[in-house]
Amino acid sequence: MNDAEGRGTVYLDHAATTPMVPAAVAAMTAHLADIGNASALHASGRRARRVVEESRETIAQALGCRPGEVVFTSGGTEADNLAVKGLYWSRRAADPARRRVLASAIEHHAVLDPLHWLADHEDAVLELVPVDAEGRLDTAALAATIERDPASVALVSVMWANNEVGTVQPLAEVVAVASTHGIPVHSDAVQALGVLPVDFAAAGIDAMTISGHKVGGPLGVGALVVRRELELTALVHGGGQERDVRSGTLDVPAVAGFAAAVELAVKEQAAHASRLAGLREQLVSSVQAVLPDAVLNGDPVDRLPGNAHFSFPGCEGDSLLMLLDARGIECSTGSACSAGVPQPSHVLLAMGRDADAARSSLRFSLGHTSTATDVETVVAALPPCVERARAARA
Amino acid sequence: MKVVAAMSGGVDSAVAAARAVEAGHDVTGIHLALSRNPQSYRSGARGCCTIEDSNDARRAADVIGIPFYVWDLSDRFHEDVVVDFMDTYAAGQTPNPCLRCNEKIKFAAVLDRALALGFDAVATGHYARLDTTADGGVELHRAVDHGKDQSYVLGVLDDRQLRHSLFPLGDTPKQEVRREAAARGLLVADKPDSHDICFVADGDSAGWLREKLGDRAPNHGGAIVDETGEVLGEHEGTFAFTIGQRRGLRLGTPAPDGKPRFVLDIEPVSGTVTVGPRERLAVERIRADRPRWCGAPLASGTTAEVTVQLRAHGDEHRGRVRVADDGRSVEIELTDLAFGIAPGQAAVLYQGTRVVGSATITATERIPA
Repeated sequence: MNDAEGRGTVYLDHAATTPMVPAAVAAMTAHLADIGNASALHASGRRARRVVEESRETIAQALGCRPGEVVFTSGGTEADNLAVKGLYWSRRAADPARRRVLASAIEHHAVLDPLHWLADHEDAVLELVPVDAEGRLDTAALAATIERDPASVALVSVMWANNEVGTVQPLAEVVAVASTHGIPVHSDAVQALGVLPVDFAAAGIDAMTISGHKVGGPLGVGALVVRRELELTALVHGGGQERDVRSGTLDVPAVAGFAAAVELAVKEQAAHASRLAGLREQLVSSVQAVLPDAVLNGDPVDRLPGNAHFSFPGCEGDSLLMLLDARGIECSTGSACSAGVPQPSHVLLAMGRDADAARSSLRFSLGHTSTATDVETVVAALPPCVERARAARA
Repeated sequence: MKVVAAMSGGVDSAVAAARAVEAGHDVTGIHLALSRNPQSYRSGARGCCTIEDSNDARRAADVIGIPFYVWDLSDRFHEDVVVDFMDTYAAGQTPNPCLRCNEKIKFAAVLDRALALGFDAVATGHYARLDTTADGGVELHRAVDHGKDQSYVLGVLDDRQLRHSLFPLGDTPKQEVRREAAARGLLVADKPDSHDICFVADGDSAGWLREKLGDRAPNHGGAIVDETGEVLGEHEGTFAFTIGQRRGLRLGTPAPDGKPRFVLDIEPVSGTVTVGPRERLAVERIRADRPRWCGAPLASGTTAEVTVQLRAHGDEHRGRVRVADDGRSVEIELTDLAFGIAPGQAAVLYQGTRVVGSATITATERIPA
């Protein structure tokens, strides 16, 4: 890729957002100038509605769910909020004893923050279940937590795969434990879709978050896939456009682009994943060859195929990011920012690392535009940058 | 040169960064995150450290067209500036955190990190000038705009620090900097100047200290007495006072002669605050330690004619400085008397417009009654 000045850019932050695929651009732009509110009753409205419903069917087909189970949202964060708060409120309304909300300690902030908010403002009791040193949920701990008092659990939320360190979560075991007690399970599948096989029905989960811009679709659109039988309390009130749990005029072009991206991502998932895994293996082995003390975080095998997350002992991830950026190599410290101030990653802390180790890490995430040349470029740039970053910390 | 421009989100540092770019440097904008909890330290746009200020700095960097990052120096800032601020008040003295920040953070922690990362210098929006002498030495001078001059708070920078510093605004009046910011399309052009201590959110230092000091030494009440020891009133903590202070004494009865009374002395252990008439504040001799020389030092054991500035934006006083034989302290004899000089503050020494160095005031000698 080239930036505005024509300088070559090595973009290795696909987990943050990935470029739109041509099929999504075509589907989206085809509808940009269309008139018609999808909720209007006239012919233009019906045409718009038809685009939305066909998109919904396309997505349902790709994800193994029914069209009516796809609730369009403004993106992954809104879908996570709707799942967590909507489920909590409806489950608690049905039985006031259901106040416990359970999640892995390494959830994305779009899940963690609503859970903390519920605990602070809505009498929820939040229990975060630990993960092992590779960032995998401790299912025995989850089972023990649930079985202490199953009737008081409102919901369980466990991501499909972690966005920072890439470790795939044991969702089947989560479902096995929770379903015994009729407890709904939500999973944030934003990072998994398109790189892992994602089938809603086969997974046995009750609600699932996906996002457009992580799979080659447009920004600003996502969906919560939620089983029809499940009651959800609405967060956004108004016209009731989406199954009465989500209001707001639908962004028809974005929905069309989203559907095209999801369809393509799922169709090409296996080939895409194997290509990414090959590049990732090359990246990991080359980095460890030139920087033997670099630590690969997360499960070495059972991880997102495009994810390579390292700790570079003695470095600040921030310094490394800046030095690489100056060379046109774009990656992420994978941590949450407020005012751009990096906090040590809650994921690495949950994996038992100390704050220093957490701050020394960097995430490279490969995607559909990544090449072997990208990998070679970053491998060549890393040793001098690591040396500089180490000196800056001394 | 590869230059780090420290960008607070204010107008001065934004224009300084733009000028560094125009001077041909390869500039990277850096906003220093100094608060551990950005929202709690300050609200509004009066100082540094808020998320809004960080965003303002980012937008200025966009307009100038330079990369921008936030560096988290909150731990260092807390240890070196905030704790020092509390400790100095706890000792009954009056700190200047801006000097400490320049000495320990902007031109130390930031500079060291920048040099290690391959940069050559740090540029800031301070109003001061740097000159190079014929023999290759570096000199720090007052800004052309004496009203905005900030050489006082830079008087702690040593030769090495100055050699890696850029002050692009030193030759320009503030009003012109604002006009230039507007002409450059910088949205911060009419942002108000910051005045107060950046980490005290509402400007209420006494309230902040009361809360932070908790049970520490001076955070208890004590007597307000006159020079004969007669108790005139009570107070709630010595940290609310500084030498030379007149307001906030809340003494019910006026002085017998009807003249206003000033804080003459603060005794942190007993909590006793002594007050008296203004003439008793007159100081003719000052002792100060930890001298730092801006460029060529004054040799140990020597004496020099200087002018001295004893507080930010304070007057210059003529005097003579003698550097102790061991070089660890200085003694300043003032020709022009100074009033209300507080230990803890910096005595910054000038020769003409040139900053010679600075030292931290430890004791003052008053004219005998």
